[in-house]
Amino acid sequence: MKFHRMIALSLRHLYLIKGSLPRILDLIYWPTIQIILWGFISKFFTMHSDYYNHTVGIILSAAILYDFLFRSSISFNMLFLEEIWSRNFTNLFVSPLKVSEIITALTFTALLRTLIGIVPAIILASPLFGVSLFDLGSALFFLLLSLYFFGITLGLFVTSGLLRYGPAFENIAWSSLFLLAPLGCIYYPLSILPDWLQVLAKMLPLVYIFEEVRSILVNNVVDYSNIITALQLNMVYFVAGIVLFYFAFYGARKKGTLINVGE
Amino acid sequence: MSIEINNLSKKFKNTLAVKNLNFKIEKGKIIGLLGPNGCGKSTTIGMMLGLIKPTAGSVLINQKNIENESNRTKLLEKMNFISPYIELPKKLSVEENLKVYARLYGVKNFKEKINDLMKQLNLYDLRSRQTGELSSGQKNRVSLAKALVNNPEILLLDEPTASLDPDVGDYIRGIIEDYASNQNATILLASHNMDEVERLCSEVMMMKNGEIIDRGKSSDLISKHGRKNLEEVFLKIVRE
Repeated sequence: MKFHRMIALSLRHLYLIKGSLPRILDLIYWPTIQIILWGFISKFFTMHSDYYNHTVGIILSAAILYDFLFRSSISFNMLFLEEIWSRNFTNLFVSPLKVSEIITALTFTALLRTLIGIVPAIILASPLFGVSLFDLGSALFFLLLSLYFFGITLGLFVTSGLLRYGPAFENIAWSSLFLLAPLGCIYYPLSILPDWLQVLAKMLPLVYIFEEVRSILVNNVVDYSNIITALQLNMVYFVAGIVLFYFAFYGARKKGTLINVGE
Repeated sequence: MSIEINNLSKKFKNTLAVKNLNFKIEKGKIIGLLGPNGCGKSTTIGMMLGLIKPTAGSVLINQKNIENESNRTKLLEKMNFISPYIELPKKLSVEENLKVYARLYGVKNFKEKINDLMKQLNLYDLRSRQTGELSSGQKNRVSLAKALVNNPEILLLDEPTASLDPDVGDYIRGIIEDYASNQNATILLASHNMDEVERLCSEVMMMKNGEIIDRGKSSDLISKHGRKNLEEVFLKIVRE
């Protein structure tokens, strides 16, 4: 892998962000609105629920973390979709850029894009609602890492679909996370789900991440087994995502769809 | 760098788009590829760039098979491609686009190279403008600058002057001609503009239904087919 090629691909997207104030505002707008909305919901539950009454902002913390996941996945998809929309896709694939370099560059650029959106929202949560993600302590780093990799993994699955089926797959890019959200047990404990859905939910790292968030904020207990299970599951899905992306790339070469991908 | 195509075929589902092609382009030659729409030109170029996987046969660039992944990356550093069907990111300025591609191709002293190219292609005054705001002739010059940014030894040009007015088209042809003679580059030019092909190419390949059905110098093809010019030869072959 060559660093200069990955930098070039990242630079292409950073130029795009840098050159457009509406684009930057768009990145910040949705997470901020999301956090304000969930902040008030969280405040309401804090005042009226037995379950949450000794833990300020548990829902808001979950909302911020879910938004972090959502932004990382969408960012990865968006970086890929930008190439399709701008009809630049073929230019990239006739350059010496390798698939591994594309994945690496997009993974790191997506992180930057995610942080631009989510950091102002996290900062706002503290003065507005008295909630800080740092209450999660050192476990926060592993939780964010896990969420980020799951977001990127979903991005890999979706972009594989875009490679295989072209722009027609775009709608899936937007809806992929909504499909998994009910199973992720983001705002409620796993025990709420019927038994058969619990089996499915346990296959997702999200359940372990958000169970852990509640465990830390409600009981002040850090259960590293949840964190480790989430990271292990993430590793499996991430590798599967990479394999799928390679398959999609070679499939697209076989079908001849790399040469004129665009709207 | 030379290009050697051996028994190259591509089948999409039930359609044989390219049938057992065999040809060679020696270093420094400009060869025209003529044929009606859908005859397999773009598929052939796609296979030469490693974008499309052949069903059979091989594409050898400097004796190296482009299908091999490590060969492909190294070979593509010395190749480039233009097509009217692909564009550069519209929201990036001319200079930003060229910087991105210069870095992608690992161009040394890329700032100097980009400045030279922008001056050569009359893009310097447009360097801060968004590429999407430019006229089609200006965009075409930016695409050409991108295609020359890595000093390619092989240039694959798919209709490089399509939809340009005669003046801009002539200007682009001049740049291509100069580049080929100064750099001794190998060029494959797919075009529907017969004057362009006659002016630039030392030889022409006629393609129909996925096959090369004739090859030779323009003048030889014209006399062989008993026609007045290359356009008439093209029409005769297409309608036969």
